[in-house]
Amino acid sequence: MRDNFVRQLTELARKDPSIFLMTADLGFRVLDGFAEEFPNQYLNVGIAEQNMIGLATGMAMDGRTVFCYSIGNFSTLRCLEQIRNDACYHEANVKVVAVGGGFSYGPLGISHHATEDLAIMRALPNMTIAVPGDQWEAREATKALAATPGTCYLRLDKSAAPATARAKEVFQIGKARTIREGADITLIATGGILGAALEAADSLVEQGITCRVLSMHTIKPFDGEAVIRACNETGGIVTVEEHTIHGGLGSLVAETCMDAGVKPAVFRRVGLRAGFSSIVGAQEYLRREYGMDAKAIAKAVAELVSAGSPHSPRPRLRVSSGGAH
Amino acid sequence: MEQNTAPTLLVRKESSASAELALRIRKHAVRMTNLGGSSHVGSVLSMADIVAVLYSEILKVDPGNPTDPRRDRFILSKGHAGAGIYAALAESGFFSTELLDKHCADGSVLSGHVSHRGVPGVELSTGSLGHGLSVGAGMAYGAKLDSRDNRAFVLMSDGECDEGSTWEAAMFSSHHKLDNLVAIVDYNKIQSLAPVSETLGLEPFADKWKAFGWSVAEIDGHDHTSLYAGLSTVPRTAGKPSCFIAHTTKGKGVSFMEQSVLWHYRTPRGSEYDEALNELDSPV
Repeated sequence: MRDNFVRQLTELARKDPSIFLMTADLGFRVLDGFAEEFPNQYLNVGIAEQNMIGLATGMAMDGRTVFCYSIGNFSTLRCLEQIRNDACYHEANVKVVAVGGGFSYGPLGISHHATEDLAIMRALPNMTIAVPGDQWEAREATKALAATPGTCYLRLDKSAAPATARAKEVFQIGKARTIREGADITLIATGGILGAALEAADSLVEQGITCRVLSMHTIKPFDGEAVIRACNETGGIVTVEEHTIHGGLGSLVAETCMDAGVKPAVFRRVGLRAGFSSIVGAQEYLRREYGMDAKAIAKAVAELVSAGSPHSPRPRLRVSSGGAH
Repeated sequence: MEQNTAPTLLVRKESSASAELALRIRKHAVRMTNLGGSSHVGSVLSMADIVAVLYSEILKVDPGNPTDPRRDRFILSKGHAGAGIYAALAESGFFSTELLDKHCADGSVLSGHVSHRGVPGVELSTGSLGHGLSVGAGMAYGAKLDSRDNRAFVLMSDGECDEGSTWEAAMFSSHHKLDNLVAIVDYNKIQSLAPVSETLGLEPFADKWKAFGWSVAEIDGHDHTSLYAGLSTVPRTAGKPSCFIAHTTKGKGVSFMEQSVLWHYRTPRGSEYDEALNELDSPV
């Protein structure tokens, strides 16, 4: 995803000299091409994330759109107050970019596990948050955030779902994408783990269970309507995120339902429940370890469908024909 | 045109504009903290002369067009002294001085720590220390990229130099030769709970800035002639950011507030309020 982010940003920078890329000394070889092509639109600020966001704010105030690139927690938590007070409060065109969402850097240990960033970024006012699920979304989200006024957060993942875009599909910030249509459960996923949700949905077909799968590529502003439709039209909701279950996508879906006075017939949050992971491993390994891989998602859905079916035989199904893939 | 320091100094001795502005800032600060029941009057009195010289003589800003891209940028990084900037801006014509009465009042936009929303002329909202120099450096860096000749002035507190982010910005600014950036440290030697020397000593303070690649001058932060002479001749060294360590007295101008940690917090009320205004009107 980071390569597609850089490709897209390169295209944007060719047309728009106000596009600027900062890194806090990360992105070995990934950013070289950009740096060479745009020496006046690129800066490695050194290992100083607080300074990076402050600098970016100062430059954004004078008309630039500044992307601030680093690994998960470094570009978010290390400089959280600069993001809040400097960038967000001034509605500065600062685009915080974190590579390595979730367990992308699984083997590197907890310092590199970005598993609370969405909850924390979500709480900030004046913040737009995009979490692409596949490569197309990564490029589209980059484009969309560059065009969105104010402070934004782009969470990039090492993993990505197989290509999901339809011909001539238009990407819209704040609008969930329906990747699969189905009736029994709606799987709402954010980020590269969308791939696991799709895999789970595919495997469930054999058991006669059909899933609607939404890619919730924008966490803020949030597509509450898509959630409410999922409540009304399908047999329940399972959220899927490579992130703590506290305050992320699952929480957001639950809040949305409570606020709207609707209730999914069944509901489960698939996400990280363990807190810190002191064991390490590949992204796939850690997903499996913490019950977030395709198998675990499928199991959760199957359990919910069998438990929920006597009480809520999903009579309200109104499948729209437009969204199927 | 004033080309060098000496004639500038001679000219300045005749000018009383900055002295008048400093007095007004001080009186506003006492009144605003009284009305608002708020803190940090000592911090405003400490920096009043620096701010007065900046707004009356140094900063190229236009109250009629506060967002003119060619303007100099001024950042109050020691945001707790917000009352002083509101007063300076109002007295400079950015908004009505009547608004100052609402400082810290319910529903007011004039927060204790400086905020830009609804307040023309405020470049950056601060209040958490260690933010301003980075943003100022970003403004200075952007100006260089755009070949604009405006400057960024950042007024900081001494206590603020405890923050690591201050030194991130300091390192960055000299590395990138931001000679359009000016840091002024209001060195009143008292921080939040105790003297700086007893909390986290900054000395050798000038040497620290020099070691970080800045062109440094130590000046009397209450002497308008020295302030003008220094601030009007930036950059001090081509290719280097300028740092002025302004030696000041916390609470300057009100004898019982001077050099006192108490007046970092205490609101002037009753006889203290009257006495403070009397002293400012007829200095001893």
